[in-house]
Amino acid sequence: MPPSSNRAAATDAPARPQGTKPGKVRRLHLPQKLRHLELFLLLIACGINAAAVMLVQLGALGHIDTTLVLLGAGLSVLVLGLHFVLRAVARDADPFILPIASLLNGLGIAMIYRIDIANGDAGWESAAVRQTVWSALAIACAITVVLVIRNHRVLFRYTYVAGFIAVVLLLLPLVPGLGREVSGARVWIGIGSFATFQPGEIAKIALAVFFAGYLVRNRDSLSMVGKRVLGMRFPRLRDLGPILVVWALSMSVIIFQRDLGTALLYFGLFLVMLYLATGRLSWVLLGMALFLGGAIIASQTLEYVNGRFTNWLDALNPDVYGASGGSYQLVQGLFGLAKGGLIGTGLGQGRPDITPVPQSDYIIASLGEELGLAGLFAILALYLLFVARGFRIGFAGNDDFGKLLGVGLSFVVALQCFIVIGGVTRVIPLTGLTTPFLAAGGSSLVANWIIAALLLRLSDTLRNQPRLVV
Amino acid sequence: MNRELKRVSIVVMLMFVALLSSTTIIQVFQADSLTADARNTRTLYDSYSVERGAILVAGNPIAQSMPVADDYKFLRTYSNGPLYAPITGFIPLNGSPTGLEHALNPELSGTSDSQFFDKMNALITGQNPKGASVEVTIDPVAQQAAWDALGDLTGSVVVTEPKTGRILAMVSKPSYDPNLLTVHDNQQLTDNYQSLLSDDTNPLIDRAINALNPPGSVFKLVVMTAALESGKFTPESTFPNLPAFQLPGSSSIVINSGGGTCGSGSTVTLATALRLSCNIPMAELGLQLGDKAIRDTAEKFGFNTDYTIPLKVAQSNYPLELDDAQLALSSFGQTNVRATPLQMAMVSGTIANGGMEMAPNLISQILAPNLSPLQTFEPRSLKRVMSAKTAATITQMMVNGVQDGAASNARIDGVNVAGKTGTAENAADDPYTLWFTGFAPAEDPKYAISVLVEDGGGLGQTGYGNLVAAPIAKQVLEAVLNK
Repeated sequence: MPPSSNRAAATDAPARPQGTKPGKVRRLHLPQKLRHLELFLLLIACGINAAAVMLVQLGALGHIDTTLVLLGAGLSVLVLGLHFVLRAVARDADPFILPIASLLNGLGIAMIYRIDIANGDAGWESAAVRQTVWSALAIACAITVVLVIRNHRVLFRYTYVAGFIAVVLLLLPLVPGLGREVSGARVWIGIGSFATFQPGEIAKIALAVFFAGYLVRNRDSLSMVGKRVLGMRFPRLRDLGPILVVWALSMSVIIFQRDLGTALLYFGLFLVMLYLATGRLSWVLLGMALFLGGAIIASQTLEYVNGRFTNWLDALNPDVYGASGGSYQLVQGLFGLAKGGLIGTGLGQGRPDITPVPQSDYIIASLGEELGLAGLFAILALYLLFVARGFRIGFAGNDDFGKLLGVGLSFVVALQCFIVIGGVTRVIPLTGLTTPFLAAGGSSLVANWIIAALLLRLSDTLRNQPRLVV
Repeated sequence: MNRELKRVSIVVMLMFVALLSSTTIIQVFQADSLTADARNTRTLYDSYSVERGAILVAGNPIAQSMPVADDYKFLRTYSNGPLYAPITGFIPLNGSPTGLEHALNPELSGTSDSQFFDKMNALITGQNPKGASVEVTIDPVAQQAAWDALGDLTGSVVVTEPKTGRILAMVSKPSYDPNLLTVHDNQQLTDNYQSLLSDDTNPLIDRAINALNPPGSVFKLVVMTAALESGKFTPESTFPNLPAFQLPGSSSIVINSGGGTCGSGSTVTLATALRLSCNIPMAELGLQLGDKAIRDTAEKFGFNTDYTIPLKVAQSNYPLELDDAQLALSSFGQTNVRATPLQMAMVSGTIANGGMEMAPNLISQILAPNLSPLQTFEPRSLKRVMSAKTAATITQMMVNGVQDGAASNARIDGVNVAGKTGTAENAADDPYTLWFTGFAPAEDPKYAISVLVEDGGGLGQTGYGNLVAAPIAKQVLEAVLNK
């Protein structure tokens, strides 16, 4: 069989080799090399996840207990389910995205389980059990996305709907009776008394879709028109509209929801997508100036923002350390990382539970303590690979909407990693965000698995279409 | 769009490089300083979670870590706690350790450099690290005898082996139970500590090495050494035998203890002055010797010097500047002269060892978890303080003091005990400080001893060294000689 037949057969009739009769049998028997690779990697990932849970049990309990192993097996069944769905409906999807997401998700559950053991939580009290259930739900969502959205261009039609959804989701926590305030940030909504949800996590996907659609529609007017000042072309005031709207949105998130990280995430996402679409550095500079200006004013006037900066710059100062809302948590995280050193204490053998919220915001410090620098490098490499696969869609894609959306979604993951891990390791001031796939939190898991599903869908379209323009 | 995409990729790459760098900086370069931070509870927990080595007396643990089912994994337990508290000290949950728990913390916790290979081994084999055990030089018989002999008095008994400097007994009273200070309940721990701290009898102070008292007449041994070593005096040198002596440049009067002259006759020899422990001839002698000669000898003995056994020993003091009145007073151990019981045991031990001072030492050996010795402590001589001839002369004078002099209550039938008592004045109305120091048997010294009784032995200003301290020394020496 000629090497090109795989791609050709899977697309449309005119490209089919001469003499082959159209029929379903032909297609079923095509070797799915990418899916085989994915299955192989996925099995390795599931193996690592199971081993991690067992190591946690051996390290922290001293014996192997089958309860969570069974739940973990359930997770493996679900990701394998997603794999087989891909075999049917997105056979050319990227083979690395699913194994990486599964591995990160599993490692996260192992670490959350480890904290549960330290806290003595079990059953429905156990964050690991809840995380596993949320994972199942998130993967189910991902399967739904892959099944329902057969072509990402459908999303282009719903550009403004997506924008509207994003705004509604962002405003939901401010609705009286629905919003919940957790550790100072009003980014949660409560559904009954049982489940809480962070709509902002889903909003970032809606925003990415909206930005991609909006920018593809308006890129020309955004990039071509404007006055030149100092060798840079600045936009017209009426084209400045969207950037100002997003800026205002970010600032209102900082002020009303007290959530610096989310604001930074949305704004960073918007700037990068704007730059990609228009190629105008001036936009980026203007946007950064706006955000920095706003952030500086916020740090002067809003006490909680100011505190974050002090904690960042002067964490080890005893006054800052001892202050209420001071750097205690940050420094405890640093102590944990220092304890881990190069190779870590081993799973289940450190004391990550000393740090406050070790299973969500600080899960990276917990992992750094027990897996060491070696483990963190591996995790960062996984994220980088995940992001790189998304960027690949941007490089190799052939429709601008798909390119922008793929890069935007993977950039969200990259930026979120940077904001939260950078916050924990004192690259930037600490802001509350979840580490994608790892951290305990249902909304974050659902959002990131949907991102994974969209990237899978985008990468499938990419390989699935003959290249008309390179 | 791909040109922009390339640039954004570089930015993403830089973001991850920043994260890789920051984690490396924290986990590699800052790890040591973060681990050493006093606020790092992980380090604290770790120090309790290793199976800390035991402290052994004659092969039996006096401090050991017992496995318990809590966060700290081990509970530090002291058997015979009050008896050995001045030696072991204690290791509390929320503070710094004391005693040997502090001085040998790296060895006991398994972090000393000599245990590097054990640490690596534990890392590779996955065993939990263990600390080294410490065998001390204490003789349980001597320690118990000293404890019993001191009874309810406030004070200390130190017994050493003159030929080696090994410390055989080190008792301080009143003592405390270190088990109270290793409990894992923080509130209870704080309560226990506060109540010991506010106790007027200061049970937490190790009087053997940290109580500084005027030595009184036991310091005459140092002055006598200086006199004989100067070559200008012999035991037969004579001084005017006065019933009272006016201090130069002062209206104050010095009298002999009990008043009157020092024996009969118009002159008195140094031998008699030491045997009967008279103050006036010593004051006259001191004025003739000068403070420099006395200070030099005192410093040879170890005054004005820091040393560790490896517990840190408080510096015994001979003043650096003295006028003549103070010089006269210092010649019988008053004014600002201060000594620890251990220092006085070293003085006796040096005389007993023919003038060669041995380094005082509490540690016999350090044993790895598999009981192989990591470090063995050999006797070490510090310096020659006096000639063997001077040592023999002073020994004879001390034997006479016990046989037929001011230290008669230390007499033991069938054994020649060399000894010197002391009764030191404190502030005008305060109780005396009572001393005895000496060694036995005089011809082949096996034990040097020093007894300190503070607070007048409960007798205010009516107690004196021979009444209170000498019998304690006798009781201890009998116990160890009869072993």
